[in-house]
Amino acid sequence: METNGNMSSPWDGIDFSRVEHQKLVIIGSGPAGYTAALYAARAGIHPVVITGLEPGGQLTTTTDVENYPGYPDGVMGPAMMEDFKRQAVRFGADARWGMVTAVDLSRRPFRLLVDEEEPLTADSVIVATGASAKYLGLDNEKRLLGRGVSACATCDGAFFRDVEIAVVGGGDTAMEEALFLTRFASRVHLIHRRNAFRASRIMQQRVFDNDRIEIIWDTIVTDVLGKDEVRGVLLEHTSTGQTRELPVGGFFIAIGHQPNTELFNGWLDMDALGYIVTQHSSTTTNIEGIFACGDAQDHVYRQAVTAAGTGCMAAIDAERWLAAQEAVATAVVA
Amino acid sequence: MANNAAYITVTDDSFNKEVLESPLPVLVDFWAAWCGPCRVIAPVIEELAAEYEGRVKVAKMDVDNNPHTPMQYGVRSIPTLLFFDDGQVTDQMVGAVPKRQLAKRMDALAPNVT
Repeated sequence: METNGNMSSPWDGIDFSRVEHQKLVIIGSGPAGYTAALYAARAGIHPVVITGLEPGGQLTTTTDVENYPGYPDGVMGPAMMEDFKRQAVRFGADARWGMVTAVDLSRRPFRLLVDEEEPLTADSVIVATGASAKYLGLDNEKRLLGRGVSACATCDGAFFRDVEIAVVGGGDTAMEEALFLTRFASRVHLIHRRNAFRASRIMQQRVFDNDRIEIIWDTIVTDVLGKDEVRGVLLEHTSTGQTRELPVGGFFIAIGHQPNTELFNGWLDMDALGYIVTQHSSTTTNIEGIFACGDAQDHVYRQAVTAAGTGCMAAIDAERWLAAQEAVATAVVA
Repeated sequence: MANNAAYITVTDDSFNKEVLESPLPVLVDFWAAWCGPCRVIAPVIEELAAEYEGRVKVAKMDVDNNPHTPMQYGVRSIPTLLFFDDGQVTDQMVGAVPKRQLAKRMDALAPNVT
């Protein structure tokens, strides 16, 4: 699997006999990654965390986290992730900013490449790469990204002071984004393809109670309009098929998430949606020594606290597996 | 390594002179204190500023204190990196990117010097 004949490979020219080696590399730095790092560090494994381009993960683009136990007054997402990191680093986790761009899981130690240039080998790997916002997949949506199209209200909301904006989605994220954007926007149009939200009751109620939010039911967005910046969106009613333009200066997408698992295509077993399959209520994957936790393997719960829980499981699974490997190696030597 | 002298801070007032009229190509980093990804790439920008000193000018603009320039260039998300050459935007990147990718774009901006 590792040789592609004459195709150039990301591994070309690397002398793996001189590459940095680690017992455990954790890919990802959300609640799952840092909890795994905390437990592994306390077990004396000295894990290296490759944080990804968004250290702290999805929570760093949220505002108040009100449902993480232990914070009775709520906590800001970025502050909470700073706490997660500090706790893991305190026990010896080594957090490095970078993105794992290639893996070779065909041999041990496993091979990883960070930022296309820094190789690393590892006895075991914990995959905690999480999930990212999904886009609608429209050409103009992509073209106008950063020019009025956004998937992060807390990042970009402040650019839309006194402007009418549209949010598409029906889950908790969409509610949170719409509510947050009322701080800046003169009016928020919340577009949903059905006639009911799937968001939690409490979040829905806050949206219904906010008179700056107008809900547009049974409607999909078929195009984003504007030359250099967003001028509006094209809407289509799902039952009548009627179309109309909605003039807005910003368009926020909150239609769910997809797992960040492309890197492991062909290596790890995944379900139809790309979530890594773990075995028997553990974090074990189809490759011995590779463990998966957090949103990368969970499309059901997807909470900070469940991600942290599976991160802890992954560290314990990895620690036991590493210990068993060492026991075998020692027995062979003896 | 990175030092304070390697990049400049640019404002709405100084933008014309420092960026548009610059003899060197310029990378402008639009950022704000409240933006997490901006903080993440800040050290990378500073390192690149030192590495490309004399070839590419690196300028940082705080969008909270300088609303005019980001508006003018349609910046609606940060971090946004705009590359200027002879007063024209030649390239742009939105969001945090790995250092190597950024360096490639910088190389394209300053192709004649190695």
